Amino acid sequence: MWKLLQLRREQGRQAIPDLRAARPEGFRGLPVIATTPCADGCRACVDVCPTAAITAPPVRLDLGRCTLCGACAPACPTGKIAFTPEVAMAASRRDDLVVTEGPPRVPEVDIGAALRRRFGRSLKLRQVSAGGCNGCELELNALANVNFDIGRHGIEWVASPRHADALVVSGPITRTMADAVQLAWDAMAEPRFVIAVGACAISGGLYDGAPGVDRGFFDRQPPLIYVPGCPPHPLTIARALLAALARER
Amino acid sequence: MSALVVHAVALDELPVLEPRAWRNWVKGELLQGSRPVMLWGRRVDAGVEVSVALQRADRGLDVLRTTVDPAHGYFALTEVALALHGCERELHETLGVRLTGHPWLKPLRHHGQTQAEMAAYPYYRLDGKCVHEVAVGPIHAGVIEPGSFRFQCSGELVHHLEIQLGYQHRGVEALLDRGDPRRAVPLVETIAGDASVAHAWATCAALERLAGVTLAPEVELARATLLELERVAMHLAGLAGLATDVGFVPGASTYGRLRTTAINTTMRLCGSRFGRGALHPGGVAITPDPAAVAAAVALLTAHGATADACFFGSRVVQHRLQGVGALTTAQAQQIGLVGPAARACGVALDQREGAGGAYAARPIAVTTEPSGDCWARARMRGRELTASLAWLADAAPALTAVPARQPPGQPVGALAPSHLVLALAESWRGEVVHALETDAAGRVVRHKVQDPSLRNWLGLALGMRDNEISDFPICNKSYDLSYCGNDL
Ligand code: SF4
Ligand code: SF4
Repeated sequence: MWKLLQLRREQGRQAIPDLRAARPEGFRGLPVIATTPCADGCRACVDVCPTAAITAPPVRLDLGRCTLCGACAPACPTGKIAFTPEVAMAASRRDDLVVTEGPPRVPEVDIGAALRRRFGRSLKLRQVSAGGCNGCELELNALANVNFDIGRHGIEWVASPRHADALVVSGPITRTMADAVQLAWDAMAEPRFVIAVGACAISGGLYDGAPGVDRGFFDRQPPLIYVPGCPPHPLTIARALLAALARER
Repeated sequence: MSALVVHAVALDELPVLEPRAWRNWVKGELLQGSRPVMLWGRRVDAGVEVSVALQRADRGLDVLRTTVDPAHGYFALTEVALALHGCERELHETLGVRLTGHPWLKPLRHHGQTQAEMAAYPYYRLDGKCVHEVAVGPIHAGVIEPGSFRFQCSGELVHHLEIQLGYQHRGVEALLDRGDPRRAVPLVETIAGDASVAHAWATCAALERLAGVTLAPEVELARATLLELERVAMHLAGLAGLATDVGFVPGASTYGRLRTTAINTTMRLCGSRFGRGALHPGGVAITPDPAAVAAAVALLTAHGATADACFFGSRVVQHRLQGVGALTTAQAQQIGLVGPAARACGVALDQREGAGGAYAARPIAVTTEPSGDCWARARMRGRELTASLAWLADAAPALTAVPARQPPGQPVGALAPSHLVLALAESWRGEVVHALETDAAGRVVRHKVQDPSLRNWLGLALGMRDNEISDFPICNKSYDLSYCGNDL
C-alpha cells in the first residue's frame, strides 16, 4: 500500500500540458534546405539517400519517402540541408510533403469542413499494420500513454473497424495483408477516411518496389492525412490529428 | 575483441561436404555440445548451397556448407535439431529444396503469395464432439502487427495452438541481397523496428570485419549505450504491456512513462527515439550527453524500483503469471529458444557473456530464472532491465565525443572478396544473426538475417498447451515476439 502511494507520488503529473506547443529535445525533424547554390554537378545528397527521397538541383526532399536517417546533411559539401526539432510535418496533400529550398514551411492538414464538423469532438481510430516494423505501431500506441494522453482530446483507438471513423494504416501494405486492409475499410461506416502513418505507408519508403508489397489499396483510397517519419514522433501524429480536427482555421 | 560475436571465413577455406557427411558432421557437433545457430541457403549454378552455423560452448562459431540438388534435397536436420525447423521450412519454401523427414513442412511466411492463397494453409486440426476451434487474426484487437493464431480447444482448455505468420512478409532479404551499401543499415533497422540498434550493429560489425576496420573504443561504447537503452526501453514496454493485460493499472502507466524517458534519452543522443540512423558501418552518429544519460538512468533506477516492488510484489500479478505458459529447460533447449525466453527457462545463453569491446570493462552477468512460465519471463525482463541500468550508470560518464567519424551513407571501404561473415548481437529479444557473403569482386551477394522471433514463436505455441485460452494474451506478451522479424 505504501509502495503504491509512493508510486503515485513519483508519478506526479506526467501528461504533456499542450501537445501543440511541445518540442522534443534533440529530435531530428523537419528538414530545411538553404538557398545557397550547390557545387557544380554535385549530387552528394541524392547519392547518399537510401530511399531516393531527394532530387537535385534544385534540392527537393520528399518527406513522404524520407526516413529521417540524417545521412544527407553531413554529405552535403555546402551544408545546405539541416534538420530542425520541428514535429509538425504532416500534410493532407501528398505534394505538400516535398520540402523545397528556402525558409521552412509547415504543411497544412485539412480533412474538409464536413468531416471536421462530424469528428471534431470525437474521433475513433482503427489501426491496421500491414508490413509495419513495430516502429510506427509503438509510436501510435504511445499516443494513448500517460505522457501524450491523446484521449483527452476525444481521440481513441477502437478494436473494431465498425466503430471507427478513420483507418490508420502503417507499413507499405504487404501482398499477404492487402485483402485484410480492404476488408477492414469495407467494414467501416461512412463517413470515414484513411490516415497513412510512416514513410512505408505514404510511399512504400524503404520498401517501395519490394517483392512482397501491394499498394493497390492506397490507389483506391487515397489518404486524407499523411504523417511522415520512420517512425513518426507521437507529437507529429498528435499535431496532425489535432490540426485536422481544429475548428478555427 | 569485439562486443559482438563475429566470425569470418574465406570461402575457399570454408569446408564444403557432400550432404550426408555434412549432416553427420552436424550431428556429431551437436553431441559435443554445440548449439544450432542458423541454417540458410543460396541459389548457385550447381544447385543450392546450404550452410549451417553452430556455436560451441566456448561461444566460437563453426560454419559448414554443402551443395544440394534441390530436386533431390537431403534428409532434414530438423529431425536431429528441432531448433532448425524454421530455417529448413524457409529453405524449402524459398529455394524449393526437397527435405525428407521434416515433420512440419508448412509455409513459413508465404513467399510471393497473396492473402487469398494463404487461406489454404493446412492447419493442424483436432476432431471430436467436444473440440472447437478458435481463430484469431490476422488483424488483432490492438495496435499491433498482424498474424494468425488457431487454437484447438475443448472448452477453455487449449490442446494445440498453431501460429501462422507471413502477413508481414515484405521481401527485405531480397532487397538486402541487392547489396546496395547505402541501404543495408536502414533496411535492417526495420527488420524488427523495435530492435533497430541490435540489427544495425550486427550488420555494421559484419561489414567492418569484411573491410578490415577496427573501431575506436568510444564508438563501441556509444553503440553499446544505444543497445542497452533499447533493451531498457523495450523491457519497460513489455512490462507495461503485461501490467495492462493483467489489469494492474499503476504498473501499466508507470512502466509506460518510464519507457518514454528511456527512448527520449536515445533521442537526445542520436535524434531518433529508436536509434534509427545512429549506427553506420565504420562509426556512430551521436551527440554525447553523459549528464542526460546519467540523469535518466538515475530516474529510471529509482522509479523503476518502486514500480517493480509494486508489480512483482502484487499477489494479483503473481497469481496471474505464475505457472502459466510454462516450458521446461529441456523443451527450451530442444526447440532452441534464445534470449530472455530461454534464460527464463534456466538456459544461460547470452551473447554478451564474456564479450569484449564495450562489455569487457563492464561485463554483464548472465542470470536465469528456473520456472519457464510467464512469471519467469516477466522477472527476467525486470532483472535484465536493472542490470542494463547499472551498466549504463557505469558507462555514462565515459560517453565522450566520438572521434571523427565515417560520414553515414558512405561505404566503409573495400570489402574482402569471397568471404562469409557471421555477426551475432544480443538484442533485448535474443540473438540477432546476420550472415553476409561477398563475391569475387567484393560485393555483398547474400545477406541472410535471423531475428530471435523465428526461434521463439514455437515456444509460445508449445507453452499454451493445457493452458486456458484466456491466458493467451499474457503468454503472448511475455514473449513479445516480432511478426515482421519472422516474416522478413
Ligand atoms: S534524411 Fe531522408 S532525405 Fe536525407 S538521406 Fe535520409 S532518408 Fe534521404
Ligand atoms: S515507416 Fe519506418 S517505422 Fe514505420 S513501419 Fe515503416 S519502417 Fe517501420
